[in-house]
Amino acid sequence: MTTAVAPAPADQEHDAHHEHPAWLAHHFDDAEQQFDAGKLGMWIFLVTEVLFFSGMFCAYALYRNRNPEVFEFCSTFLNEKLGAINTGVLLFSSLTMAWAVRASQLKQTKTLIGMLGATLGCAAMFLGVKAVEYSHKWSIGLFPGKFYVSQIEGAPHSTVPYLWYLSIPALILLVGFVLYYVYAFVAASKFHLRVAGPLVVAALCFFGGVKLGQILEAEESHGDSHAAAGSNAHGHEHSDHDGHDHAKAALAPTVNLLGEPETVLHDVAVSPAETNTPDSNVNQKGMAGLFFSIYYCMTGVHAFHILGGMAVITWLIVKSARHEFHSKYFGPVDNVGLYWHLVDFIWIYLFPLLYLIT
Amino acid sequence: MSVVTNPVTMPATHPEAGKEDNYLTHSSGFLSWALTLDHKRIGMMYLVGVMSAFALGGVLALMIRLHLWTPNLEPNQAWLLNKTYNQVFTLHGAVMVFLFIIPSIPAALGNFLLPIMLGTKDVAFPRLNLGSFYLWIAGAIFFLFSLFATGLDTGWTFYTPYSIESQGPVIAATLGVFILGFSSIFTGLNFIVTINTMRPPGMTWFRMPLFLWAVYSTSIIQVLATPVLGITMLLLAAEKLLGIGIFDSRLNGDPIAFQHFFWFYSHPAVYIMILPAMGIISELMSVHSHKGIFGYRMIAYSSVAIALFGFLVWGHHMFTSGMADVTTIVFSALTFTVSIPSAIKVFNWIGTMYQGTVSLNTPMVYALAFIFLFTIGGLTGLFLGALSTDMHLHATYFVIAHFHYVMMGGTLIAFLGGLFHWWPKMTGKMFNDFGGILSAAIVFVGFNLTFLPQFVLGTRGMPRRYASYKPEFQLLHQLSTIGALMLGVGLLVALLVLLHSLFYGSKAPKNPWGGATLEWECSSPPPHDNFSSAPTVGDPYDFSKIEYDPKTGSYFKKK
Repeated sequence: MTTAVAPAPADQEHDAHHEHPAWLAHHFDDAEQQFDAGKLGMWIFLVTEVLFFSGMFCAYALYRNRNPEVFEFCSTFLNEKLGAINTGVLLFSSLTMAWAVRASQLKQTKTLIGMLGATLGCAAMFLGVKAVEYSHKWSIGLFPGKFYVSQIEGAPHSTVPYLWYLSIPALILLVGFVLYYVYAFVAASKFHLRVAGPLVVAALCFFGGVKLGQILEAEESHGDSHAAAGSNAHGHEHSDHDGHDHAKAALAPTVNLLGEPETVLHDVAVSPAETNTPDSNVNQKGMAGLFFSIYYCMTGVHAFHILGGMAVITWLIVKSARHEFHSKYFGPVDNVGLYWHLVDFIWIYLFPLLYLIT
Repeated sequence: MSVVTNPVTMPATHPEAGKEDNYLTHSSGFLSWALTLDHKRIGMMYLVGVMSAFALGGVLALMIRLHLWTPNLEPNQAWLLNKTYNQVFTLHGAVMVFLFIIPSIPAALGNFLLPIMLGTKDVAFPRLNLGSFYLWIAGAIFFLFSLFATGLDTGWTFYTPYSIESQGPVIAATLGVFILGFSSIFTGLNFIVTINTMRPPGMTWFRMPLFLWAVYSTSIIQVLATPVLGITMLLLAAEKLLGIGIFDSRLNGDPIAFQHFFWFYSHPAVYIMILPAMGIISELMSVHSHKGIFGYRMIAYSSVAIALFGFLVWGHHMFTSGMADVTTIVFSALTFTVSIPSAIKVFNWIGTMYQGTVSLNTPMVYALAFIFLFTIGGLTGLFLGALSTDMHLHATYFVIAHFHYVMMGGTLIAFLGGLFHWWPKMTGKMFNDFGGILSAAIVFVGFNLTFLPQFVLGTRGMPRRYASYKPEFQLLHQLSTIGALMLGVGLLVALLVLLHSLFYGSKAPKNPWGGATLEWECSSPPPHDNFSSAPTVGDPYDFSKIEYDPKTGSYFKKK
């Protein structure tokens, strides 16, 4: 007989000595050992994650040190309102995640699922805002490296619906989750309802994030452009992709960039002779393009970590819906929580390093 | 149909005749292996995997050597086209480094031995362990893809800017390295957690066998260095796909930054390769000298010291690439410090043999070969760590010979020694000792014949990676090629000895060599759960109570 015999949780000779509950893996002596092992494993994994990102932080330090003016010029293309709102969203998700850990210890399944769902929703909202940011940048040609399009005043925006493309996976997931919810409702399965609910909400949160991002992006373009701090006043001209009210008024970034005496950029070594286009040294593939390479690599790899976190949080929701966690077995929630805080933490570094340079 | 003895009904009074429960017979069928969570089976699967990779890398090495039999001054008449030659040495290096040496000892032998030596049932995360193995398979598939897609000609280091321009399947290869890196990280993570949290009562840090200290140090490097390689490879793939320019000087990127990133991993990786080998030698020296290890704590600490120093010396690969003078001096000085813990180990191994009762069986002969070859490899490293000589020797055959003495004369020889040492434990079969010693002798002579001439070639200016050379180098090249063929024969003999033992070997006793570590206290091969009851942990190098029992051919521990 060729049956796959994975080591069963309880082996015969072992049973004689200990009681081994289903949640305790067979090779651990007790709950404490299992918890300690899991936790140490997660911390070591987080160390590898920090080192993984460290390569990109090194690249950032290297090129910022080499061309500080490029970073100052480029960071004005990043909408710090979107960055700030995303920072807030992630910080809030860390709160809900920590709360989820507590709820799992106290066996409060409803709170636990609610908090995990909230964390998932925040993650989705973060990605929604990010999708607005990315699609906006792509539409005005802010691509990485050799695909960077030099920013010239009045250049037509791309009509490719990038935001739509980025939303398609979320839309498919939303439809899938709604169908799943309907199925759970029809089957009247408590377990499936508990799982499907947070998933539907999370998928909706993505579109909430998209809407939020669009509102803030539009505000940046139309509303308080002149009320905004002088140093980043030129940011709005670039953001102006839907309305054309500013098209005439919008001189190229450098006009503001170099013209305004208050701006910090004033002392940057860019030639004041050029008035219509950004300094040609900066506004090219090997300069601004390199900044956006670093920007996309760092935020992109971070976004992939968010996606990974969402996958494991979903797994936790399923486990929670099965009432698997209790005071002696909550390691998975705790460890995913640690991971989630790290992902949050990395963003807390990325936000000032990329968005708040000027 | 003949009556098949049913192992279940076999009376327990017949332990020799019946099939005892061991990890090999515990369950059967393809899936019982493919989905196993048993560290011993995963170790065996790794063993088969890394040996296959080694065979592939070895064939590629022989192709290089055969091509260099003649000076090839007319590239069109050469055996391999220049282009093909570049691909062959690239794949030789990449396969040997990423698919063979790095996983060889930790993932194959380490996986099998670590929990047993520690006295636990399994590693901390058995599923992750299986996952590591499948990541290894996935990485290997990417590599084989680049082999069959042909054209990977960057050298195993993937240096920019050439790797950006190369038309070969660099992306597939870098993604392969990326995946293999995660396989290595997860193995290291698993081992650290296992050793930290799962030691049974009595197994204090300083009662751990030195092999475990070595594997632990290796794991630290794997966990700390490999992620940097991961991001480097990812950035290189992004460079090729998206032209991000970080390493591309045409886009103001910095190709030297790639070298820094690459060697920040790849120099510590050298210690990923050699440290577990040193751990094996510590075991072999003590067991086959039947004498406690000399300077246990110094060997243990020196493993950790090598692991930590290893992070500070990567710049010595780049002395000629362009660095500030002060930086090169600092890197050179730090490089010399690594020789201190290495020398401590060699001294202690020799001290272990002194006044011991040395049994010259196959594992010990390999271990002696290791000491000889590793010493040459280590000392020639000092020539390369010194700035002035490195300017002359950089990228010559001297470097090739140096790291082959360390990687092959060191790691491979120790791997073979360890394989012979633990073979009875892993398979339950004794091998032909004469055959084993014969293989060790051929390998030793063949190895020296291959690489000693390369030191000479290097000092005379023969650059590495060239498909052709000046006619005056021909004699030395031919000696090297003869040596390589001999080496191949020796390795083949070793393989045949091991395969022969599988079919015709006598049953291995529990403790054929007289070891005092825990793996010798469970049967050969070990049962599924390693120990039926928690083992009593003593001094791993206390041989005073180990006695030979001629009836069973096994050593045992006096009560």
